[in-house]
Amino acid sequence: MYTQALDSHGKEPVAAVSEDGRLAARFQARVDAEEKIEPKDWMPEAYRQTLMRQISQHAHSEIVGMLPEGNWITRAPSLRRKVVLIAKVQDEGGHGMYLYSAAETLGVSRAQMFAQLLSGTAKYSSIFNYPTLTWADVGAIGWLVDGAAIMNQIPICRCSYGPYARAMVRICKEESFHQRQGFEIMLTLARGSPAQRAMAQDALNRWWWPSIMMFGPSDADSKHTAQSMRWKIKRFSNDELRQKFIDVTVPQARFLGLTVPDPALAWNEATQHYDIGPIDWNEFHQVLRGNGPCNRERLEARRQAYEAGEWVREAAAAHARKQQARVAA
Amino acid sequence: MSNDWPLFEVFIRSRSGLEHKHVGSVHAADARMAIEHARDVYTRRQEGVSLWVVPSSQITASDPAEAEALFEPARDKVYRHPTFYDIPDEVKNL
Repeated sequence: MYTQALDSHGKEPVAAVSEDGRLAARFQARVDAEEKIEPKDWMPEAYRQTLMRQISQHAHSEIVGMLPEGNWITRAPSLRRKVVLIAKVQDEGGHGMYLYSAAETLGVSRAQMFAQLLSGTAKYSSIFNYPTLTWADVGAIGWLVDGAAIMNQIPICRCSYGPYARAMVRICKEESFHQRQGFEIMLTLARGSPAQRAMAQDALNRWWWPSIMMFGPSDADSKHTAQSMRWKIKRFSNDELRQKFIDVTVPQARFLGLTVPDPALAWNEATQHYDIGPIDWNEFHQVLRGNGPCNRERLEARRQAYEAGEWVREAAAAHARKQQARVAA
Repeated sequence: MSNDWPLFEVFIRSRSGLEHKHVGSVHAADARMAIEHARDVYTRRQEGVSLWVVPSSQITASDPAEAEALFEPARDKVYRHPTFYDIPDEVKNL
């Protein structure tokens, strides 16, 4: 059940240490047996905190992710592209809502999560701090960014935490349209005039590496992976998922007749995977730290939207109070 | 930062003839707005023909700690299922 209100009924009594150990062992046994953990079930505090952080960051990413694409709604090249883009951006908003709901079941309020996002203390996917300079960027985002997101998200459909897993199932169903519409935009440009082909290539050049970095730090530097795997929040490591993405995406780029901007990219007969050149982790950490091309602009846009909506929220609450008083009278 | 609007649980009837099923929750100032938000959040692809919203605070849930006491007693009552009874194959319509 997606409720915070229900949670407050079922507050865990403070357990003695030995009691905690027994509960923790039983919890891990349930996870090992692929049972789902539900909001009112006992869970280790660290599991709760990890999920709260991960799900809220995921929700923030969906919400901030509406901005780079929203930038092109008024300039979409045809009515067809425009209705599709509006539907996609609306989906991203919906995904944010599913995820905020799931996070709330862990005991954090939506207002708290908004406050964390707007104050800049919460993280969101670094990819959304890059600008959308041309229409081809909308195609590249659907194809690459949503493609990488799908790769990341499909295993989370089997996450041990029920509400997160169920939200993910819903989201994955909808993402497939996002990726296909993006590829279609790229294909149309790739088959168009030389200027359109150049625009598609330029978008790939700028979005390739940030998409590769979406899978997070390499396994050697990923501090949360082992524990998340034990808890079955995560099923594959960052590097495994990244490799899968590269292996499926390179042939797609080839089909488009575009060149992946990595001179070291080569098929490795021995491993049956593509090898890639070194990833610029310095860039990744800079963007994560708030120094990407659009970090300030994105947060400012969210803050402005929140503040400009204040009077609407107040009016709705006042209306609800008035209606309630009228019914009571 | 202002407080959250109340939370509502959302139930959808996916097709006429089927029961309403829980799908998630929305925040809204009142029930009417909750229906509108539920429409936008959970039925963008014709997932339903009818919606229920219920204030989350109005739901009483069973306690997972009592799950055994509540549901365990049904486990050894296999005689409640038709397959418990041995009937010769030649007997029809039973």
